[in-house]
Amino acid sequence: MSVRAVTIICVLTLREVARRRLLWVLLGLSIVSVILVGWVVTQLVDYARSAGMNEVRIGLGVSQVLVFVAFMFSFVLAMSAAFLAAPAIAGDVESGTLLAMLARPISRADLVLGRWLGLCLVTAAYAFVSGVLAIGMVALVSGYMPPDPWIAVGCLMGEALATLTLALALGTRLPAIAAGAISVVAFGMSWFGGVLASAAGLLRAEALVPSLDFLRLGMPTDLLWRGVVHALEPPLALLVARGLDPRGFAADPFFAQSAISLEAIAWSIAWTAGVLVAGVLAFSRREL
Amino acid sequence: MQTSGLRKLYGSQVALESLDLVVRPGQVVGLLGPNGAGKTTAVKLLMGLSRPTAGSGTLLGQPLGDRLARRSVGYLPELFRYPQWLTANEVMRLHCQLAGLPRRSWPGWTDQALTTVGLRPRARDRVGTFSKGMQQRLGLGLALLGDPQLIILDEPTSALDPVGRDDVRTIIRAARARGASVILNSHLLGEVERLCDEVIIIHRGRVIAAGGLRALLGAPSLRLRLSGVRDAVSLLGRFAPVTLEGDQVVLQPMEPEWTPDVVAAVVAAGGRVHAVEPQQRSLEDLYLELVRSGVTEATESFRLPRPTAQ
Repeated sequence: MSVRAVTIICVLTLREVARRRLLWVLLGLSIVSVILVGWVVTQLVDYARSAGMNEVRIGLGVSQVLVFVAFMFSFVLAMSAAFLAAPAIAGDVESGTLLAMLARPISRADLVLGRWLGLCLVTAAYAFVSGVLAIGMVALVSGYMPPDPWIAVGCLMGEALATLTLALALGTRLPAIAAGAISVVAFGMSWFGGVLASAAGLLRAEALVPSLDFLRLGMPTDLLWRGVVHALEPPLALLVARGLDPRGFAADPFFAQSAISLEAIAWSIAWTAGVLVAGVLAFSRREL
Repeated sequence: MQTSGLRKLYGSQVALESLDLVVRPGQVVGLLGPNGAGKTTAVKLLMGLSRPTAGSGTLLGQPLGDRLARRSVGYLPELFRYPQWLTANEVMRLHCQLAGLPRRSWPGWTDQALTTVGLRPRARDRVGTFSKGMQQRLGLGLALLGDPQLIILDEPTSALDPVGRDDVRTIIRAARARGASVILNSHLLGEVERLCDEVIIIHRGRVIAAGGLRALLGAPSLRLRLSGVRDAVSLLGRFAPVTLEGDQVVLQPMEPEWTPDVVAAVVAAGGRVHAVEPQQRSLEDLYLELVRSGVTEATESFRLPRPTAQ
C-alpha cells in the first residue's frame, strides 16, 4: 500500500463529489430538512403550550419527534452512502475508466482505500452537519436538548460509514445497482432483525432470539441505531419505562434501555474493517 | 520485456494458449488477429490487469503484475475512457501524479503530451465535451506522458480520422527513434506493415505466426514477360535464381532495386521486355492465408526462431 497513491485517489474522490455538485445537493437537502423539522416542532410546541401542557411533557413529546427525525436521517444517510459508494469502483470498472488508472504504478488496494477514505470523509461530514443542525434546530425552537447529542451524531455517522463500506466492497465484484440495492436491504434487515428479536423476547419466543440476533448483528447498524435513540431520549422516558414491563419497551425500535456498549462499538469497527479488507481482497483478485 | 508460455483460461475457454514474446528497446511489435483472437487478453496480462493461468514474464525487469513494473509504461486501453468531469489538463496532471513524476515537471509533460496529440487548444475543456476521437487522442497523450520506455497501444486508431491515424504513425516512429519499445495491437494491417519490426498473429488464442516482417512475408520477386531471349536462365541467373513459367520468367528472391539492371541486361542481349512486375507478398495476403487456412497445421511451419532477450 502507498500512502501517496491512497491520498491521490482520496483527493480525486473529494473533487469528483464537489465537481459533480453532489456535495451541494446533499447540503441543500439537509438544510431544507432541518428547516422543515424546525417548523414542525415549533408548531407542535406552540399548540401544546396553548393547550396548557407542562414543559416536562412537552420535552418528552419533542424527544420522540427528535428520535423519529433521527430515524428518517439514518435511512436517508444509509441510502445516500449506499448509492454514493456502490458505483465508486463498480461504475469505473464498467465504464473502463479504471483501466488507464490501474496501468499506473498504483495497487488495487490503494484505489479501493483511496475511494473509501474520500467517500467516508464526505459521508461523515454530511452526517455530522445534518445531525448537529437537526438537534440544534430542535433545541432552539423547543428548548429540549438531548442528554448525549454527540453520541447520537457519532452513531449516525457510524451507521452511514458501515453502509458505505458494504456498498463499496460489494461494488468491487458486483454491478453498481446490485451493490447499492443489497446494502440498503442489509441495512433494513438489520433494523428489522432488531425489532423482531425484541418482539420474540416480548412474546416469550426466546428460542427464536439467537437466529434473529444473527440477522440483527449481521450488520452493526441496528446496534448503532439503538445508540442514537438512547442518546436522544430524556432520562424521564427511562424512568417511566422502569415502572413498566421492560420487555414491552425493548420491542419498540424507537426506544433503547441502555447506552451503546463498548462491545457494540468494537463490533461496529471490526465489522467495517473486515468488510473493507474483504473488498480490497476481492478487487485485487478481479479480472479486469 | 519478455514472456514465456503465457496462458489464460476463462473457465474451460482458452483465451490465450501460449505467448512467448520478447520486445527489445526501440522495437515496434504488432499484435494481429481476428476479433476475439486473444490480443486484448495478451495486453491485459502484460499490464497486470488480468492474471495468467500459466506462464510468466517480466516487464522492465519486474514480474508481470508488479506495481513497479508499470513505472515506465504508457498504456492506451482498447476501452478508453477518462473522468468526464475533469478537463484534459487535469486528467494529464492526475496521471502525472499517479505515474510518480516530479511535481515541477508536470506542466512540461502535460504541455508536451497535449501538443503531440493536438489537444493543446482544448486543454481547459472538460473531457465530457470531447468527441470519441478526441478522447482517444487524450488517451494516446496519456500513454506518452513522461516518455515511457514501453508503450502499449490497444487499437490506437479505432476512433480516429485519417489525419489522426497518420499522427499516430508519426508518434510511434518518434517513440521508436528515442529508443522506446512499442506494442501495437491493431486490425489495420497496412498500419502494422508500415510500422512494425516484428509481428505476432494470434488466432483462437494461439500464436500462428511470429517473427520479423521480412522473414514472414518472404523475399520479393520479379516477374517478366520477355521475347527474343534464348536462354533467360543463363542471362539473368547472375541476379537471382530463375524459374520459367510459360512465357514468363520469375526471379526470386530478388531485391527490387536491381529491376532496371535486369531490364538493361535483357535489352543488351537483344531481347524485348513486354511486362515487368515486381512482387511482394503483403501482410494482408499472409494474414488472410493463415487465418482462413488450417490454422493448426500452420502453427509450427510459420513459427520462426525467437530472438534472444537483451
